[in-house]
Amino acid sequence: MSKEKIREIIYNIIKDIAPDEDLSNLDDTKAIRDQIELDSMDFLDIVLELRKRYKVDVPEEDYPKLATINGCVEYLDPKLKGACVS
Amino acid sequence: MSYDVVIIGAGMSGLAAGIRLAYYEKKVCILEKHSRPGGMNSFYNLQGRQFDVGLHAITNYVKKGTKNTPLSKLLKQLKLKYEDFALCEQKSSLISFPDVSLCFTNNFQTFEQEISDKFPSQKDNFYDLCKHISQFNELNLNSTPVSAREVVSSFISDPLLVEMLFCPLSYYGSAKEDDMDFDQFVIMFKSIFMEGFARPKTGVRQIINVLLKKYKACGGELRLKTGVKHINSRNGKVKSITLTNGNVLETKKILSSAGYVETMRLTGEKIQPDNDRIGKLSFVETIYVLDREPTELGIDKAIIFYNDSKKFLYRKPDNMVDLSSGVICCPNNFYFDNSLPEGMIRTTHIANFDLWDNPSSNDYRAQKIFWQKKSLKKICGVVPDFTSSMVFTDMFTPKTIKRFTGRLNGAVYGSPRKIKNGKTPVENLFICGTDQGFMGIIGAMLSGISMANLHAMN
Repeated sequence: MSKEKIREIIYNIIKDIAPDEDLSNLDDTKAIRDQIELDSMDFLDIVLELRKRYKVDVPEEDYPKLATINGCVEYLDPKLKGACVS
Repeated sequence: MSYDVVIIGAGMSGLAAGIRLAYYEKKVCILEKHSRPGGMNSFYNLQGRQFDVGLHAITNYVKKGTKNTPLSKLLKQLKLKYEDFALCEQKSSLISFPDVSLCFTNNFQTFEQEISDKFPSQKDNFYDLCKHISQFNELNLNSTPVSAREVVSSFISDPLLVEMLFCPLSYYGSAKEDDMDFDQFVIMFKSIFMEGFARPKTGVRQIINVLLKKYKACGGELRLKTGVKHINSRNGKVKSITLTNGNVLETKKILSSAGYVETMRLTGEKIQPDNDRIGKLSFVETIYVLDREPTELGIDKAIIFYNDSKKFLYRKPDNMVDLSSGVICCPNNFYFDNSLPEGMIRTTHIANFDLWDNPSSNDYRAQKIFWQKKSLKKICGVVPDFTSSMVFTDMFTPKTIKRFTGRLNGAVYGSPRKIKNGKTPVENLFICGTDQGFMGIIGAMLSGISMANLHAMN
């Protein structure tokens, strides 16, 4: 799976979790939670959606690595390599 | 059968927890001993009429699009649309004490204005209290209990105003006699005064049906009329659960909304009846059906909290019922798109469970009639007399509550000692709902969600 595709996956998940948020101005290098309203329960949903949709398990100690969109892409890249695009 | 999670109780918290777990592909089963879901907020039919139990109004109401509130968090977590609950706002409500009353609506400025009009010396104090409340994180799962009376009295110097603030907040969610934990107070204050009251036109059925439909769509299993006989644990760990029908379910985790003491007793732990974890506060409620809209009789408030003296007593009474205070709810006085089929008034008073639990069945019926009449007389001194418009009356008591919910002492708000993190001495057994401590219907659902997220997702 390409990095661009992984980025799209993350955006889709956030869009589903927080449907009322405008994601068009999201800066991929900055913390997601500083830019849109995403509380800790919503953040957990990103992890849970990754598990549900792509069978990727993110242990709790790795949560900080998912703080930015770029962080998510870097973290997920090795885990999603070879995964089918669904 | 083997499950990832078994949930005890299909009330608001159990259903919400079930939705979360089933949505994220846990194998989950909810057990409910009653023939219908809802728990403390259920419903029944009598003589072709539909009645709610528990729900007067949903607290925590905010308008669509309001972010970062319990209602919006809940909808996001359960993947529900704002419209699903079909909430209609209250008109206005009242706290009525001798010589002074405070009106409030879902617009907090109404209440602020009332307080500066009626208690001019407290205007700034109330402002400071509100600021403190706004900044307070009542959802902190690791907080230590602090007396709300102490905190509130450190801001508000007029004791009458303190009593008037405690009256509705206690009635709608306090398991503690004559005080609350400050975080409970904040939950209730925000949910009632800063957010507000609303009702679905069809009452609690609307909420329960939405939750049930979602739960089933996510693949969750619900077993009604299925009580729990025993929680089987070994070395501090749950292995399985024995049902009253004799079946045994294996499960990795249990989330129980049955109450802390009620749940621990199922594990075989001996807990004495005088244990201070057992709640003492129960209520009687009477439902009056009227042949006209209450507004035609001059009753225009959604909810009235009255107290007949300057000091509000919130404790288990010496008599069967304490008529010195009460709640009068008018389900008609909400902004529905068209009016309800009939007029209705519901009244609530604090009651003594032990006295209601004891009498012989003949005496029980006689006592119900006696107290219903006494209550009616009292209520008709608070609002205009509606006696001649009554077409139907029904009453339930602490004994009824115990019978349908299994709650010890019929204690609607459960234990006075909340377990915010939901943990029990048994490693994989957790508490959600009333005894975890988020109050109100929205609070109960958030409790189920939080405990499912915290303890049962991994």
